[in-house]
Amino acid sequence: MTTTPENSSEVPLRVLDHNDIFRDEVYQKQFEGKREFEDAAPKEEVQRVLDWTRGWEYREKNFAREGLTVNPAKACQPLGAVLAALGFEGTMPLVHGSQGCVAYFRSHFARHFKEPVPAASTSMTEDAAVFGGINNLVEAMENISALYKPKHIAVSTTCMAEVIGEDLFAYIGAAREQGVIAEDFPVSYAHTPSFVGSHITGYDVMLKGILEMLAKSPDADASKVTKSDRPRLNVIPGFDTYVGNHREYRRILELMGVDPLILGDHSSSLDSPAEGEYFLYPGGTPLADGAQAKFSRASLILQQTSLHRTTEYIQKDWKQETVVLETPLGVKGTDAFLTEVARVAEVSVPTELTVERGRLVDAITDSHAYVHGKRVAIAGDPDLVIALTRFVLELGMIPVHIVSTNADSTFKARMEKVLSASKFGSEATVWPEKDLWHLRSLVFTEPVDLLIGSMQLKYISREAKVPLVRVGFPIFDRHHLHRFPIIGYAGGLHLLTQLVNTILDEMDREAPDHSFDAVR
Amino acid sequence: MTTTPAPERAETEAMIAEVLSQYPAKAAKFRAKHIKSNDPEGSKECEVKSNIKSRPGVMTIRGCAYAGSKGVVWGPVKDMVTISHGPVGCGQYSWATRRNYAHGHLGVDNFTAMQITTDFQEKDIVFGGDTKLETVLDEIVGLFPLAKGISIQSECPIGLIGDDIEAVAKKSAKKNDIPIIPVRCEGFRGVSQSLGHHIANDAVRDHVLGTGSGTFEQTDYDVALIGDYNIGGDAWASRRILEEMGLRVIAQWSGDGTINEMKSTHLSKLNLIHCYRSMNYICTTMEERFGTPWTEFNFFGPTKIISSMRKIAEFFDDEIKAKTEAAIARYQVRFDEITKAFRPRLEGKRVMLAVGGLRPRHTIGAYEDLGMEVVGTGYEFAHKDDYTRTYAMLKEGTVLYDDPTAFELEEFAKFLKPDLMGAGVKEKYVFHKMGIPFRQMHSWDYSGPYHGVDGFAVFARDMDIAINSPAWDLLEAPWSKAGEVS
Repeated sequence: MTTTPENSSEVPLRVLDHNDIFRDEVYQKQFEGKREFEDAAPKEEVQRVLDWTRGWEYREKNFAREGLTVNPAKACQPLGAVLAALGFEGTMPLVHGSQGCVAYFRSHFARHFKEPVPAASTSMTEDAAVFGGINNLVEAMENISALYKPKHIAVSTTCMAEVIGEDLFAYIGAAREQGVIAEDFPVSYAHTPSFVGSHITGYDVMLKGILEMLAKSPDADASKVTKSDRPRLNVIPGFDTYVGNHREYRRILELMGVDPLILGDHSSSLDSPAEGEYFLYPGGTPLADGAQAKFSRASLILQQTSLHRTTEYIQKDWKQETVVLETPLGVKGTDAFLTEVARVAEVSVPTELTVERGRLVDAITDSHAYVHGKRVAIAGDPDLVIALTRFVLELGMIPVHIVSTNADSTFKARMEKVLSASKFGSEATVWPEKDLWHLRSLVFTEPVDLLIGSMQLKYISREAKVPLVRVGFPIFDRHHLHRFPIIGYAGGLHLLTQLVNTILDEMDREAPDHSFDAVR
Repeated sequence: MTTTPAPERAETEAMIAEVLSQYPAKAAKFRAKHIKSNDPEGSKECEVKSNIKSRPGVMTIRGCAYAGSKGVVWGPVKDMVTISHGPVGCGQYSWATRRNYAHGHLGVDNFTAMQITTDFQEKDIVFGGDTKLETVLDEIVGLFPLAKGISIQSECPIGLIGDDIEAVAKKSAKKNDIPIIPVRCEGFRGVSQSLGHHIANDAVRDHVLGTGSGTFEQTDYDVALIGDYNIGGDAWASRRILEEMGLRVIAQWSGDGTINEMKSTHLSKLNLIHCYRSMNYICTTMEERFGTPWTEFNFFGPTKIISSMRKIAEFFDDEIKAKTEAAIARYQVRFDEITKAFRPRLEGKRVMLAVGGLRPRHTIGAYEDLGMEVVGTGYEFAHKDDYTRTYAMLKEGTVLYDDPTAFELEEFAKFLKPDLMGAGVKEKYVFHKMGIPFRQMHSWDYSGPYHGVDGFAVFARDMDIAINSPAWDLLEAPWSKAGEVS
């Protein structure tokens, strides 16, 4: 029997799905019977190979890889470009190239944010591969304008367009000439080849492209800036998939008496309310604000690797102070952030934030005994991994394996700086450009107590029986984590809560009866 | 939940005209051929054009040939390593998201939910990627010794930079003594996933089919289950029925499948095809090459399951027919239990669908078994032969949309006010905002199986969960109701 009647009228029949149904003997027999046709390796052989893949010999073979990538923790440039575009008001991301890419970007973000993700493709096919995709781009602009009425189109490219050498600048010009978009209709663009860098590179160049375009728009006029008695600071979070972070940056700066201008603010566009009506463009940084960002007092750059081209642009063209910080996670990270904001804006840190800091520190003192000395592996985008490492060091945890598939050449030095600042950092090994199959070897040969990273680490977590705290991107298999901040003192509290309770859940799960304590 | 009657054909035509009027002239002209008010007779004037390029910029829901080959056909073959050959993205976005369940240990004797890629860098584009591919093939053989084969799934750049993956595959296959199958499924080929299915089928035909001599004794009841990707365990639920009919399934294509099964499929006495769109090619090939008959079937919902079982049994002797009738009698008890529980909660509910190449028609019966009506349906990547199979299944005036755009789906939903929308994850959250219950009908919304007898129970439960959730009553704030001040 796979179903049992139940009394509740709202659950008229208790139905078993894939989680349970296949445990049934009928299916177990089926699976056993199917092996006859599979020519499967004997179970002992599978076990032998499995054991071998978990040992040192395999680890060395695995690390000797020169060409093969297995389970990388990175995606490709145009994905990042789409996220950058969605951070701006009324913006339709348009990706020039094959249409499958856009289907993937939209699905990928929809699975993470649980939100609609508008993005269009120029749908290039074989003929466009031969003759170029100018007509595709022009028609795309025409159709987008008619159907989706954006205020701005942000164009990026797929590898197909890059391989055949498409000229976006010329094509956008052609669209204007042909009158499918107005002469002054805002279009920004960035070349985002998938075979260079990763999604964070694409975020960076698209953001730069948008800011460059806006900085030349009619709104980029100092006389149009709304007068405020509060100093205005630009906040650039980078490839940050926590809508809660964007809101938290705003809240913190407002508490400090600063007028925050978040560039690439997707906290409304990727977290809109369900109220019975669908809005294609529910938010984002207003285009006029983006245009006037160059008149702000300074820009706070909160992801170094993910924003280095944008940073260079701002420094060179806006002649504005740029404050480049590690992402403000945890106590010291947030301290550094507030200190810099206070310095640049010439404001003081209000009591509210000092109290919040104290609450986070208080929470850490409450939990420290459970996190102290716990060995962790951390994987993800380079800026996030550095910030997370600094936070776990504050908690007395011991980072052991640190993997960032899309790290650049600055990663090791920055990580060494963070690690050497703490006595808990001496055991860490830093692995730029390695993937999660490398991490699997690391975890099996040198075990840890906890994994920190995206949902893509869940396979290692299950196999190595090490709990995973989901932080970063993508997180498809847990809900709403991205709606809460992980930056600032409030974000630190969320992260700490996740970390300590994951450890306590595991402790309870594994505890012998006598140690199954009522109080922890 | 309000339930309004299905619009008549003229009303549907007016709705279509209204939606098309928003398009620029050129796109409107193209789109008009793809959206029709249904004529169950399949008249020429109501014929839906399909398998044609999507218009740029319209937000098509389609994917690409790589998605059709890697994601659909090859990816689920569990004992083969699937290389996403090219830049990192394609493999990353399609990593484990189709839910093709398979037994085996990941990375040891099962390689389905893994992202294995050549991760092209600029130098691979400039100097060509063949050397890297050769290295990667050697490394795969070294690191995954129980892999029984390797397929190379080409991403866009491969066909553009002139790499000779066929030569590399041939050389490496000989050197490493393992089947290596080059697949030219670059994303820019064709107009959708569909060409990828075809290319993948052709690669199976050219490199795998008929190369096995069978590792088992043959019987008269050997069949192959084709075009079932075991999403949420679908193929297992289908296989259960076939086995209970007395048949022996010697191959599953390709959910929880193995290369050995594919190699030996020509020994099948009858090929049973569920997803016609993605695997009709290989069935035709086997018919031509080995004389194997094939038949379509539909294991969604009681009506179709029962008629399909009888249709399949017709190919066999009385013993199978008797077993089939006995199984149907047993299943009927389950079906009655399920419909008795759920039908009263779903009766009269109206459904809009926009799915791939099979489900827009194959699930209609299952909805009808629950008293529901499909008021609009369309395919992402169907061909003419899919639509000819669809017209008669729908009422006069039901709207049919081929390769619908995001704009059209939203507009049609506003007009039709369905009680349930079934499409993909890209569409899902749009309808949640609108307060329209939604189920993903590609991935079964992380549920399943939906095939077979066990699957029908899950299907019914899930539609009930979607439609009868109290969440839909919460959308409006009490102070937002105009004129209702307490």
